[in-house]
Formats: sequence, C-alpha cells, structure tokens
Amino acid sequence: MNPNTIIKVEHLTKRFGTFQAVRDVSFHVNKGDVFGFLGPNGAGKSTTIRCMLSLIKNDSGTIEMFGNSYDKNRSEILSKIGSIIEKPDFYKYLSAEKNLEIFARISGATVSKKEIQEMLDFVGLTGRGKDKIGGFSHGMKQRLGIAQTLLHKPDLIILDEPTTGLDPQGIIEIRNLILRLKTEQNKTILLSSHQLSEIELIANRMVIINKGKTIVEGDVKELLNAQEIVVKIEVDKLNDACNLISNSFGIQDVNRINEHEFEVNIEKQSVPKLNALLVEHGIEVHSIEPKRKLEDFFMKIIQS
Amino acid sequence: MLLKNTYNEFIKILAKPRSYLGIGALTLLIGIILFAMKADGSSFISFVTSSFEQTLSFNGNILNGNLIAFIILQMLIVHIPLLVALVTGDLISGEAAMGTVRMLATKPISRTNIVLSKFIAGAVYTFVLTIWLGFLALIVAKWIFGTGDLIVLNSDGLVILKSDDILWRYGLSFLVAYLALLTISTLSICLSAFAENSIGPIVSTMAIIILFTIIGSLDVSVFDNIKPYLFTTHMASWRSFFEDPVPWGRIQESIVILLIHNVVLVSAAIYKFNKKDITS
Repeated sequence: MNPNTIIKVEHLTKRFGTFQAVRDVSFHVNKGDVFGFLGPNGAGKSTTIRCMLSLIKNDSGTIEMFGNSYDKNRSEILSKIGSIIEKPDFYKYLSAEKNLEIFARISGATVSKKEIQEMLDFVGLTGRGKDKIGGFSHGMKQRLGIAQTLLHKPDLIILDEPTTGLDPQGIIEIRNLILRLKTEQNKTILLSSHQLSEIELIANRMVIINKGKTIVEGDVKELLNAQEIVVKIEVDKLNDACNLISNSFGIQDVNRINEHEFEVNIEKQSVPKLNALLVEHGIEVHSIEPKRKLEDFFMKIIQS
Repeated sequence: MLLKNTYNEFIKILAKPRSYLGIGALTLLIGIILFAMKADGSSFISFVTSSFEQTLSFNGNILNGNLIAFIILQMLIVHIPLLVALVTGDLISGEAAMGTVRMLATKPISRTNIVLSKFIAGAVYTFVLTIWLGFLALIVAKWIFGTGDLIVLNSDGLVILKSDDILWRYGLSFLVAYLALLTISTLSICLSAFAENSIGPIVSTMAIIILFTIIGSLDVSVFDNIKPYLFTTHMASWRSFFEDPVPWGRIQESIVILLIHNVVLVSAAIYKFNKKDITS
C-alpha cells in the first residue's frame, strides 16, 4: 500500500434486507487530498461513508484507514478522524461549549477550554459558546459540527453532505471553512456533496458512484479536461451563430437549447475570439455564461 | 475512556429535565403520604389494628416514623420502576432518536464502553433515587412522626419489631430494593439498545413488569416453574428483613437471581449494540 494512501476502499458491498445499497465501490484517498465523493441520491454514498466510519458493517470488501483495519485498530483509526454524517446532531439541552467538551473528552486527545473557545472563534461562533444548541440555526449547527470534527486535530476529515439544508449564505460559509481547512491546516478531506460546483472548486481528486458501484475515479482536472469549458451563449440569430461557429472553429457539436440559446464546448482562451467573431458578423450577443463542467461530466457519467 | 464517558453521561443526566421528574414525583408522592398520615393516620391505623383489638392491646406511638417508612416503601416500590425507566430507558435509544449516537460511535471509544458507561450512570441515578426515597421515607418521617416500635402485618401474622432493632433492617432492605430497581434500570437500558426511539423502551419495561407481576400472582401450576426466576418475584424481597427471624436463605436467593438478571441484561445490551448498524 502506498504510504500516502489514507483511505483504501476495495470492492465494498452492503445489503440491507433485500436492498443492495452498495454493490462494488472502490477508491482511494491520498494524504492532503480534498477528495470529492459524488453520486446521485441513493447511489450508496452515505452507506459507504458509514462503513468507512465503522457505523455499519460491510458485507464484503475491505476498508483500510491509515493502513489499518477496523477489526484490529478501531480506536486508533477513529482518533485520527473527524466527521460529520449528513447533519451534526448535538445534545439540545446543553450549551455549545458543553457539547464540544463532551465530544472532546472521548476523542482521544486532551482539549483545553481555551482550545474550545479558539475553535468556536474559528468557525464563527464567537460569543455563542454558552448558548444552548436548541436555539441554534441549521447553519450554526453545521459550523459547530465542523468545530467538533476539528477539536482533536484529526488528520482526516470526512464531511457527508455538509451543506444540505443550508441557505446560500450558509453554503458559502461552509465552503469557505472547508477551503480554510485545506489551505491553513492542510487536512485531508473527503467531501460528499450534491453541490457539484463546490466539488469542482475545492476538490483535487474525486470518485463518482452510481447504483452502489464506482463509475469513475481520478484527478478532477484530468477528468474534466480543464483546458476546455462549456459556455452557454444567448444570441438574436441562432442559426447564423451556429453556422458561423461550425465554419470558423470547426466545432460541429453545438447544443441548441432553445430559439436563442446554445451551448458549445470550447477552449477557454477562445471565448473572446468567439464573441468578437459573432459581433463582427452582425449577431447580437446577449450573454455568454460559462457552465460548470462537472455538471455535464456528472450527468454524462450517470446517464451512460 | 470508560470513566470519561461515564462522566459525560452524568453531565447529560444532570442536564435533562426528565431526570428531575423522578425525584420531583417521588418527593410529591411521599409528601402526600406524609400529609395524609399526619392528617388522618390514626384512623388508618385503627382500621388495620381493629381486627386484633379483641386479643391484643396496642399502647404507645404506633403511628411512628418507622411504620410510615414501611408504608411508603410498600406503596411506592411498585411505582418507582416507572421513574427509573423514564431516565434509563432513554439512555441509548434517546441518542439514536437525537442522532447523537452517530457522533458517539465515530469517536475512539468502544461500543462496549459506551453501553457500560450508560449502565454505570443509570446505576448511580437509580442509587440517588433510592437514597432520596430512604431519606424522605425514613429520616423525614421520623422527624415528623417520631420513632417507636414497628408493627408489620405479614402473611404469617403480626410481627412487632423493637425500635432499636429496626435501623439495620431498613439499611439492608434499601440495598435489596436498590438491587431490584437496578434490574429495572438494566432492563430498560437493554431494551434501549434495541430501539431507535425514547418511548418504546420505557413502555416495554413497564409492560414486562406488569406481565411478569401478573404471571407471578396467578395461582396456576403451569407457571410454578418459572415464577422463582422472574425478577418481579424478587422485587419485594426487601420486606423479608421485617420478618422475625429474617429468612436469610430466601434473601440470598433473591440477590443471586437479581444479579444474574443484571449480568445477562447488560451482556445482551453490549452484544446488540456492538452488532447494530447505526443508520439513524
């Protein structure tokens, strides 16, 4: 096993009664990765993550965390992991500080009250430590959840849908927090999310699973071919624009969306040239909107 | 790690309002009994002693703290299990219902230690409840009603115990009553390991107590072989200390059966919780 490999999942399967939740999932996560774990609803992401955290027992396949298996080194492995599964749940009748104290006490590390305060500051909950969780918003709970995962200074952070149920501002806050974990603390992060733009922005490697099987795994830039982007263009004369692009750029694969809009796959540096060409030929360009490539890639993979 | 999590469990129990419900209810119930006895205890006593008055003459302070404590124990030992189960039945399943079990189970503490720490916390809570019962029933009752000889009506007849021969009996009877309540606590924790909601284990615990009590009181030979092994049969063993002579053999047997119940139930809870897929 590569000494840099922190998570190695091979041919994982898990069945609940007659429902086969995971059929054959394999992937690996290296030290320092921000690893995107993608799949549509019901693909088996949460089940896989729960197996990786020993919450549920896999039927077959292997899971190696830090080169060890849960059968022999459960406590040692879990002491190096911080996690949020779907949504962080806390004791509502206790304050944020008390909740953190409780989880810190059994995290395998000594965490001082000062460190708890610092962690609350880090996640933007300064001054809310004494407040009971019952009065916290979903976003505040998510941020407290991240504080809880970081308290014992884990090497690996597993976040399962950390932005589910959050408003746009909450999503941005959590995304910024994850980016800070990556840049300031150099943590290895496994991030499962429906927010494909989020994964595209912060992950360096990813796996896509569907119907309990690994579909593709690899480097995000390589998989998405970062040199090319998809742009959605709105014009007044659609046919003229499409013909012009086909003739001038040699692109035949123009996706017509409606009477005025089309999508085209093009090299990033060619976008200004394309715009100029359309204008030169008397075509009014109302908008040029870059589309996230991961969305397209994801849909193609899932549909195929 | 076991001690650290046990400490956590104490924090949680202390912070939960329902933990004080038991103590509050106990205080209220005993307060009502003490008030009733103070207001009209003499007629209650004469109702009990009237059948003996043709052959016996009762002198002195019959309605004393020792008798009141006995009456309170007799009346409440059936109801206290509900107060115990209210807290202990929630210890594991409450975590599942809240979702915190997921957080607990991803920490570097073994699942066996999670169950054991909850068992210890439940045992301490039950002990506090028993001590509070003892304090109110014995100390407060003696303070209000004074002391005196204890007259107990058993199936064998009337037993009169001297006032200086009573305290040790109460001490030991509270210990055995505690063991019986601990069995209830362990039963509800065990059921809690099988459930995902708080109310199920509490209701199930009470249903089992009621079922076993009915089986124990049915005078049908088909149940004769199982009756001695039902924990409910031994829940009133504390009363044996108020017999003269004290049936030590029978008490010992009750203690062994209650202890076996505790060991089996804790083992079952540990086994189930270790095997359980945490999907909540």
